[in-house]
Amino acid sequence: MKVSELTSLEALTCVQDTYTDAEISTGYTSDLLSDVMGNAEENSVLITIQAHKNTIAVSSLAGITAIIICSKRPCPEDMLKAARDEGIAVFQTADNQFNTSALIAQKLG
Amino acid sequence: MSEEVKQPLQSSLRVQELLYGLRISEVMTQKVFAVSKNCTMRDVRVIMRNNEISGVPVVDSKRVVGIVTMNDLMNALEEGALDDSVITWMTSEVKTLAEDMPLSFGISAFGKFSFRQFPVVNKANELTGILTFRNVNHALIRELSRQLRHMEQQNENPPDADDLRFAKVYQLARYDFENGGKASSEIKKFLKSRGVPPKLVRRVAVASYELEINLVAHSIGGMLGFDITADRVKISAHDRGPGIKNIEDALTEGFSTANEWIRSQGFGAGMGLPNVKRVADKFAIESAVGMGTMVQAIIYLNQENENEGQ
Repeated sequence: MKVSELTSLEALTCVQDTYTDAEISTGYTSDLLSDVMGNAEENSVLITIQAHKNTIAVSSLAGITAIIICSKRPCPEDMLKAARDEGIAVFQTADNQFNTSALIAQKLG
Repeated sequence: MSEEVKQPLQSSLRVQELLYGLRISEVMTQKVFAVSKNCTMRDVRVIMRNNEISGVPVVDSKRVVGIVTMNDLMNALEEGALDDSVITWMTSEVKTLAEDMPLSFGISAFGKFSFRQFPVVNKANELTGILTFRNVNHALIRELSRQLRHMEQQNENPPDADDLRFAKVYQLARYDFENGGKASSEIKKFLKSRGVPPKLVRRVAVASYELEINLVAHSIGGMLGFDITADRVKISAHDRGPGIKNIEDALTEGFSTANEWIRSQGFGAGMGLPNVKRVADKFAIESAVGMGTMVQAIIYLNQENENEGQ
């Protein structure tokens, strides 16, 4: 699945749309950045409530191609700017991490 | 560019970092003048005058039990008590340093305590040397000239554009989460651009990022040094304190001393050091409460099997 295919999901709103349309091969759900750093696979979509600039730094180092911020957590401007600079797509959803993970898992097949 | 200006010169940071990595035993004065408990203050005065030193440790069968400083001597002089035993006038709350500690710990000891010299002891707690600020300055000058020679050599043989050799030191301030991550992302880009396999780049990035965040979240400030050659990446983190009480705990996954604020930044899961240890081929950590922590992680770049599965 490509990052751009996430835009077709009704539950998701794209809040940072300047991104590299990379391949998403799997997902990782966590709010602990060290956990993401150590365990997320490359080309993952990250499902989290951690809406912070540091999330972008970790995602970039870990090779994460898209981030979904759950439970309508607000995304600070410096976070979105960092994501733009790194070419990482950011989506927002009202759903929690469980439902979002299930949705993405289904989509990935 | 304007951000770069505020940073100290890379060359001076590098010298500082190399200096921090020296052992106290390599820098201290090994010929120590010490007195035994039965000596008098008059004996101390003779030793100090003849050898131009400002502190004499007092030992009891090689164990340091106190130190007579210039101040103690002046106090005794004022009272006309030069024939008193050193025991009466010495400073008995003496702080010693271990000879195998990194010099960075010694330097923070100078900052933390008002002593002008520290007796140095071995593992058996026996006096083996003394560390003064003069020792630190000498080591600094030695390291500076070595660095200078190195730079001159490099000028004569400039490295290739795609040479993997690279050395850089970053300074990190407490709670500066804004800049935490910059060093790692620079190093990641460098390795990537030089064609290092993605899995290895990832391992370097994990180690470097965790150490960077540790300095920002847990230390009162420190430095992160990278020394890259064709076959390995060496990352060293030095900080000035507060030091780790129990290293075993710190290396246990899930153990964390992070406060709420650090957690609100997405950190403090207790995975930092365990992550570094896991991705490193060689890992070493040393810490002393009140003096600092030094972590070194080495990742080898010539691992053929690293391309598997990616």
